[in-house]
Amino acid sequence: MEVAIVKYNAGNIFSVMNALERCGVSPVLTDDFEVLQSADKVIFPGQGQAHTTMTYLKEHKLDRLIRDLRQPVLGICIGMQLMCRHSEEDDTDCLGIFDVDVLKFRPTRKEDKVPQMGWNTITDTKSELFKGFDKPEFVYYVHSFYVPTCNDTIATTDYVQPYSAALHKDNFFAVQFHPEKSGSVGERIIRNFLDR
Amino acid sequence: MLAKRIIPCLDIKDGQTVKGVNFVGLRSAGDPIELGKAYSEQGADELVYLDITASHEGRKTFTELVGRIAKEINIPFTVGGGINELSDVDRLLNAGADKVSINSAAIRHPELIDEIAQHFGSQVCVVAIDAKQTANGWRCFLNGGRLETERDLFQWAKEANERGAGEILFTSMDHDGVKQGFANEALDTLSSTLSIPVIASGGAGTKEHFRDAFKIGHADAALAASVFHFGEIGIKELKNYLRTEGISIRL
Repeated sequence: MEVAIVKYNAGNIFSVMNALERCGVSPVLTDDFEVLQSADKVIFPGQGQAHTTMTYLKEHKLDRLIRDLRQPVLGICIGMQLMCRHSEEDDTDCLGIFDVDVLKFRPTRKEDKVPQMGWNTITDTKSELFKGFDKPEFVYYVHSFYVPTCNDTIATTDYVQPYSAALHKDNFFAVQFHPEKSGSVGERIIRNFLDR
Repeated sequence: MLAKRIIPCLDIKDGQTVKGVNFVGLRSAGDPIELGKAYSEQGADELVYLDITASHEGRKTFTELVGRIAKEINIPFTVGGGINELSDVDRLLNAGADKVSINSAAIRHPELIDEIAQHFGSQVCVVAIDAKQTANGWRCFLNGGRLETERDLFQWAKEANERGAGEILFTSMDHDGVKQGFANEALDTLSSTLSIPVIASGGAGTKEHFRDAFKIGHADAALAASVFHFGEIGIKELKNYLRTEGISIRL
């Protein structure tokens, strides 16, 4: 199976590559249009800032390419946020695959810190991405912006308020948490995506 | 609900874990990867690897080790020790570390925090603070606690927060190694004044100490070394206990 990882100016790509290797696939990290278009699966990962990453994607015409992909695509963390319509982070227009806007956490209680950093549970899972999950499992999060629950929500997490832990529409999947850092639970989610 | 984190800390010298490690079922107690995996399987939420090697050669060994940890370990890990400038951060993040912890270098050059936050994001920047109660209140110390500074713990933590630190790792030198509990009062002050997570360190001796760090100190995470390494407290039993105490814990 050919798994391609979108190469762009976001951090934390190595841990995704390592996680895929632990799942027995050797991914290619690339911004080559042909390789991305012909891959069986595409992963759009990363940590970073919405405006600088979106500017880079546009400059390299990767924005249109990602939107037009037809195979299963998995966005992770900032990847998921960039797949939405707009991000409140620096007032950035994003790819618009998911018809929802990314907002900043505005905690009302002192104990809710921003970024949310650590393990939280995913509930109301409704997707083959979470096949084999029979109880709310913990996954690892690091983020300051979130996607509200919407029609495409396939898992929910509660922090400050319930929000989208994961989205799905057509061939596009996205998770706000880091499956590559979420222990065996995260590896199961990656395998479920690869098995599609 | 976001879980409170339990973080074992491993001291590394020349690529091997130091301190006698009394850990059942390990082939080599000195292997940082095998020990990290064992902790991860027991339920550790994150790991901290602290390089205590001073030599240039040792730094290289540590960087190689970080690369191997990143390949094998599937939970987040922080690395610290000997990080003085942005290029050190770049090297360790490129090797696969999720976060870096800076201590003395941050006090000497506070703008390093801003630089790390701008280049790599706040989430990778853990500012570690060693502090001790003196006649003038809680003072920060440098060089592994050998050098006292004029800096007040709470002011420095607030400044680090404002400069872009992602987390504060606070070690009370008064409590470290004594196993009489964490510095809960100071932790509570930090937790209520900072907008970022606080990791409690120094003083863990019993399971109740962890409970108090969360319930009284309102810490977001608790770090310990010897109680885990010597098997005095098992991570699984600790987490089960904390859950029965009504604390949000990942099991």
